[in-house]
Amino acid sequence: MSSGSASEPVLVVRDLSAEYVTDRGVVGAVDNVSFDLDPSEFLGIVGESGCGKSTLLFAIAQLLAPPARISEGSVAFKGQNMVGLTDRQLAAVRWKNLSVVMQSAMNALNPVKSIGAQFKDAMRAHGVADKAHIADRSAEVLRMVGIDPVHLKSYPHQLSGGMRQRSMIAMAMLFTPDLVIMDEPTSALDVVAQRSLMVQIKELQDELGFAVIFVTHDMSLVSHFSDRLMVMYAGQVAEFGPTRQVFDAPQHPYTIGLMDAFPSIRGPRVPLTGIPGSPPNLASPPPGCRFAPRCPKVMTRCEEEPPELYHVNGTLVRCFLHADGEAGHD
Amino acid sequence: MTEPPMLLRTAGLTKHFRIGGAFSRHMLHAVDDVSISIGERQIVALAGESGSGKSTLARLLARLYKPTSGEILYQGKPLSAARSRSDLLRYRGDVPMVFQDPFASINPVFRVSHGVLRSLKLHRPELSADQRREEAERVFEAVGLSPAAEVLQRFPHELSGGQRQRVGFAQALALRPKLILADEPVSMLDVSIRIGLLNLMTQLRDEQGVSILYITHDIASARYVSDRLIVMYAGRIAEQGPSEEVLASPRHPYTQLLLSAVPDPRAPLTIGAETDRGEPPRVIDPTPGCRFRWRCPLAIDECSQVTPELSELAPDHDAACHVARSGAEVKAFG
Repeated sequence: MSSGSASEPVLVVRDLSAEYVTDRGVVGAVDNVSFDLDPSEFLGIVGESGCGKSTLLFAIAQLLAPPARISEGSVAFKGQNMVGLTDRQLAAVRWKNLSVVMQSAMNALNPVKSIGAQFKDAMRAHGVADKAHIADRSAEVLRMVGIDPVHLKSYPHQLSGGMRQRSMIAMAMLFTPDLVIMDEPTSALDVVAQRSLMVQIKELQDELGFAVIFVTHDMSLVSHFSDRLMVMYAGQVAEFGPTRQVFDAPQHPYTIGLMDAFPSIRGPRVPLTGIPGSPPNLASPPPGCRFAPRCPKVMTRCEEEPPELYHVNGTLVRCFLHADGEAGHD
Repeated sequence: MTEPPMLLRTAGLTKHFRIGGAFSRHMLHAVDDVSISIGERQIVALAGESGSGKSTLARLLARLYKPTSGEILYQGKPLSAARSRSDLLRYRGDVPMVFQDPFASINPVFRVSHGVLRSLKLHRPELSADQRREEAERVFEAVGLSPAAEVLQRFPHELSGGQRQRVGFAQALALRPKLILADEPVSMLDVSIRIGLLNLMTQLRDEQGVSILYITHDIASARYVSDRLIVMYAGRIAEQGPSEEVLASPRHPYTQLLLSAVPDPRAPLTIGAETDRGEPPRVIDPTPGCRFRWRCPLAIDECSQVTPELSELAPDHDAACHVARSGAEVKAFG
């Protein structure tokens, strides 16, 4: 299910599972996720807290630290499997070809160093020594995200939340990476700043052609920006397909429930129901479908055996209602 | 729509904070000259971006802060006239607060019954121990925590975020409140849980007859639950009126900006919408003039000299904008 481009995918994730090893047993946070990401594709991953979306990102970026670990599967970035690489081998790839923008820029930036000094650090770590080049490039990336380069001398606390998040994104652009991974970069911002940051990310992507994996709990946020959308529930892919299609004709009862949980700003005011109950404990997930306890369309079969992902009109759906479709991976 | 009887009103409510050292003369104008009114059985949404002063206003109403100037009138009587401890206690029971973070606002070392029973003991001393327990069960059932007798025995960590926030509402409800101040009660919750809490708020209004001040930055949820909408910007009211009316024809450029920024998956893609210049408002020692003028594409000379007052532009619909008041059509964003 590629989006039609003939080039090699920039990222190939196969059967990726990640788990947390705790005193009370192993908690499977990510279960068997597979997908391909094409160059300059924008992939949105949405789900509730605890659905494994951040763990998945960290697993892809090889940033999991104990007690979390990858239990199975592979992550091939530009043809190279990254699972099991040493830190030194990863260092060559990280930031240069693959950068990560974290949720809270206030915590991700060093509070006692100016923005410019932090840019310089990143560049020198990757062997750029020429001072003039560092200064030029730093000013250039800051201008790209719409911040005046005078702020290279500013410290993080002197910038607004939106500007901090923009400078994080600028920093991710220093080496023109092929893939930028973003973990809820806008969740600390108010709606106006959120909107302008999203537009900015999309413009940068159109200009520079990197691929984006964008994780968020707010599916309306990515509705207009992502090419494909992955809906995760309890560590698994519940639905995965072209964004417009998922929004216009959601197939999985969970996706439908999520769509019905957003009040609209336009149109008639209709009563909404949300989804009753809460997500399962991943230390002991339900034996059948993980959404079965909350599902309005639950059948006996759902409680007995776990559903696979089925193809339905170019979308993958993990639901027995669509079991007549061919089972398969990405 | 006939106006419900007035419950609480503020007149020129203002709160300034001194910032910097003890000898600093810099003042942060968190809330400036705010006059609002909340009717009985009414949900009023207070919307605005972070730093707009909406939480400060809620804390002023909860008497957690003393106003710098201005007055709060509750059931027609000014609060500054209430001197005795029992008057204050009565007000706090009538106007309880529900906080944003359900993980931080419940004491983790006690069972959830602890908070409810304690506030019942304090605010309704006429009840016996058995009656307190019955009352606790009643309010837990009312907010959808059932079986109440069982949930009351749990510890906070045994409850989900949504359930904890319901405990917050139950505690408020036990006081037989007239007005619940809910400061971003759903912003920490997952989307699938949020709507249940929003529905609970309308249910409390309809069945228990309480009013709610719903503070939020999410204007779509404000529309979903509220009867009236107040939009704050940089410590001042930008616009207020019946929710549907304000959202259908917003008069203030800031309200328009807020609305244009709300992502709506059901609507077609409009990337073309102007993104604003995003300069944060200046609320430290502000000079006269409209505080939105740096971001406003329609700003005229007057906006940098004279602070716009709220004026009624349609029946019961006010906005503080010079351009809108001049009768010109305001179409700044979206």
